Amino acid sequence: MKEVEITVSVNGGSHTETVEPRLSLAEFLRRTLGQTGTHVGCEHGVCGACTVVVDGRSIRSCLMFAIQTDGSEVTTVEGLAQSDAELGPLQAAFRRCHGLQCGFCTPGMLMTLTDFLSRNPDPTREEIRIALTANACRCTGYKGIVDAAMEAAAEMRGKSDGR
Amino acid sequence: MGAKYFGARVERREDEPLLRGQGRFTDDIVLPDTLTAVFVRSEWAHAKIESIDIDAACNMPGVHSIWRPEDLPDCLRGRQTPIQVPNAAIRQPHNFSVLAMGETTCVGEPLAVVLADSRALGEDAAQMVFVDATPLSVAADLATSIEPGSPLMFSGLTDNIAADVTLEYGDDTEPFANAAVVVEESFHQHRGCCQAMEGRAVLAQHDRDSDQLTVWSASQTPHMVKNILVEMLHHDDAMLRVIAPDVGGGFGPKGMVYPEEILCAALAREIGRPVRWTEDRREHFLATTQERDQIWTMRVAADDNGRLIAVDGDLIHDTGNAAPWGIILPYIAATTVPGPYVIPNYRLRLRSVFTNKPPTTPLRGAGRPQAVFAMERMMDRLAARLNLDPAEVRRRNFVQPEQMPYAMGLIYRDGAPLTYDSGDYPECQRLALEKAGWTDFSARQAEALASGRYIGIGLANYVEGTGLGPYEGSKARVMADGRIEIASGAAPQGQGHKTILAQIAADAFGAPMEDIEVKVADTAAMTIGIGTFASRITVNAGSSTHNAAMALRAKVLKFASLVLEAPEEELEIADRAVKAHGTNRTVTLGELRRFANGMPGFTMPEGVEPGLETADWFSPRQATYCNGSHIAEVEVDIATGAVEILRYIVAHDAGRLVNPMAVDGQIQGGVAHGIGNALFEYMLYDDAAQPVTTTLADYLLPMAPDVPDVEIVHMETPTPLNPLGVKGAGEGGTIPAAACIIAAIENALAPLGVSVSECPISPQRLVELMDAADSAKGAA
Repeated sequence: MKEVEITVSVNGGSHTETVEPRLSLAEFLRRTLGQTGTHVGCEHGVCGACTVVVDGRSIRSCLMFAIQTDGSEVTTVEGLAQSDAELGPLQAAFRRCHGLQCGFCTPGMLMTLTDFLSRNPDPTREEIRIALTANACRCTGYKGIVDAAMEAAAEMRGKSDGR
Repeated sequence: MGAKYFGARVERREDEPLLRGQGRFTDDIVLPDTLTAVFVRSEWAHAKIESIDIDAACNMPGVHSIWRPEDLPDCLRGRQTPIQVPNAAIRQPHNFSVLAMGETTCVGEPLAVVLADSRALGEDAAQMVFVDATPLSVAADLATSIEPGSPLMFSGLTDNIAADVTLEYGDDTEPFANAAVVVEESFHQHRGCCQAMEGRAVLAQHDRDSDQLTVWSASQTPHMVKNILVEMLHHDDAMLRVIAPDVGGGFGPKGMVYPEEILCAALAREIGRPVRWTEDRREHFLATTQERDQIWTMRVAADDNGRLIAVDGDLIHDTGNAAPWGIILPYIAATTVPGPYVIPNYRLRLRSVFTNKPPTTPLRGAGRPQAVFAMERMMDRLAARLNLDPAEVRRRNFVQPEQMPYAMGLIYRDGAPLTYDSGDYPECQRLALEKAGWTDFSARQAEALASGRYIGIGLANYVEGTGLGPYEGSKARVMADGRIEIASGAAPQGQGHKTILAQIAADAFGAPMEDIEVKVADTAAMTIGIGTFASRITVNAGSSTHNAAMALRAKVLKFASLVLEAPEEELEIADRAVKAHGTNRTVTLGELRRFANGMPGFTMPEGVEPGLETADWFSPRQATYCNGSHIAEVEVDIATGAVEILRYIVAHDAGRLVNPMAVDGQIQGGVAHGIGNALFEYMLYDDAAQPVTTTLADYLLPMAPDVPDVEIVHMETPTPLNPLGVKGAGEGGTIPAAACIIAAIENALAPLGVSVSECPISPQRLVELMDAADSAKGAA
């Protein structure tokens, strides 16, 4: 298969790579770039574990080809922390609220909610639950995740109000 | 030394790397020169394999080698994996074939394996492997496969009965003859499959110079994987290391040892390059063990006050094409039926039946949800017959707290008499009823019905044997920098073992949690171990960690007393050092470690063993029994059959709680799994045992809007069976969930006369049942 050169920005760093057209974005991130924070759960677009944000929209990286992201900006779970010392507000809320157990679905949960909270900074629990229908979790029963999203939303609103 | 951490809602040390995307799951580990294994799997539920043609596939790009059954090393050719839990009742032992040789007995069974430079290239080649097979007649279904003369699962069998056991006790020879009330019913129950978000995964590396074989596996039981690899590959166990790194959920099926693990390890050794396999979701549906089907026929006798006289049941269990854990799963079910009730006479016949489907093995709850469903539905039937409140019928039959320890009459799966150690079942139910507003419900229900809303309430109780042996070990040692390392046979998949073992060790040793390092799930850290299943880690690994850390503390004080020349009772451990009260003498734990390791040629002080290291193997005498009462309140849309769970209440008693936050998480997640079992999850096969639901779009998992926030009431009755007073808490959320949800649905539809004796129940099926009830009324 003829390989294609693409240039993609991932968490602010630019990467130029030559890839097969059939390579999924998930495999590109995991294998080509070695950024294994993005997890592959079902590879058919249902479980949401592989969710990343491409040009401001959350998408399933198992259903997108790497070559479709040529020239795009991709944000993954590795791009969420404030610094090596400090987690982002949503990540910190997940830890406080026990929003993860095995942690396998967590990167996808965080990316879905990052996108969702950017559009709906003051959601109800029900709105969060509906947003989370994009992601399956087998461990938590979702409560801790919804709690974390509510807390993080409140904290982020507080910060933006203060500015 | 007080309990500073035990009982506190401590945040988990596991979380930060996972939240940063820095977890290390098996598929995240990269080794140079790794080949990817891709399995050629059976397309037939049952067929004779005539030949496997690999000529075309061998010439595909990126292919290293292709292995058919006849190409395997001698130690694996034609071999099955050993049954991990043998039992004399197993009439016809049958387990996983490493690669099926000559005859395949299940869609998805591995027939050959391609090793290639990448998964994509391996899959390209696997499609070019041509398997010539002659289909054979299929044992497709539990109900028919049990019949004499039905198609056999495997051509060597005499029939499809894998095991036939009757459990019984009681003095009354004819308990049903003079009973005031006898209720009877059959239940078809289906429990679907695992669906951990991470599938199975394995990576194996062999170093030819040292003969060291290292296997990373997404396993609940790395020590079992090691034991079976040692046995099957004839590998020196000192040179075989199995590591379960971060594991993305387990729920039981990842506790089995599978052909894929054995083949990756064997082939890595054979070819001298690392071999990786990562299960995809379709393979998870085809080749990971499930729990699937059971059919229960129950008969219950009671006096006219509703007091139980006898239970007589028949359980047929679908074991699929193998029995990796023998009859553990249906046996647990058979011993769970009596639950919290006094039952003077009990008999249950269980038959485990082969079918041409994947093997069934324990899945969160392990047969208990079905047992509780069967018994609790019968309690509801009894209540209805006697026109009593379902809660009242249960109350009249409880084992009372003053009867503890209560010998129920059976032998449990741990081989010990089934003896409940502690618990207050009436109080637990009372707390659940109070939280749910049970007594007011009928008024709320009548009010809802008046406005056309069908709401209902259901109750279910359970008792669960947890914390099974034989043992789990922990080692404690002082590290060079004065921190304490705990190594344990625990193997977590999200439960937070590192956090809770650190809590326990910190309290026992008397150090801050930050100074406790915990290593788990690595056979190099603990050479023997058992693994994670049966809600057993807090009991076993928690207790051994407590004991090992206490012993380490004692050893530290003994050495410090020699060094500081002060009596032990005047010593205090703080800031990674030991101080003698009322003096300025102090020794750091690092210095003490050096002293305890000894100086070359010098004599050790008398009465001390060298080294600041201790080990403890905790072996419980028997299971410890946790219990709980669940109540669900639901609303049914009678036009569509849609069910909404309005409230869900759990009152439970898992003994003392190490970390209530983690226990709450186990309960909430366990209930979610039970909701899936009640309403959604169905692993469907067609009449030829071809799987129908092989994506997560077909097999429905409970999603965020389906799972309410569970209202939890904790009771803490310490068990006398371990030093911490703890019981298991990992499965109780799931066990009674389907029973109480379906009871609530039935209660909601009581005005329509609907009775539900199956699980799960879909909206379509509920509408059918409503229509049938309507026609029956019309006919009457």
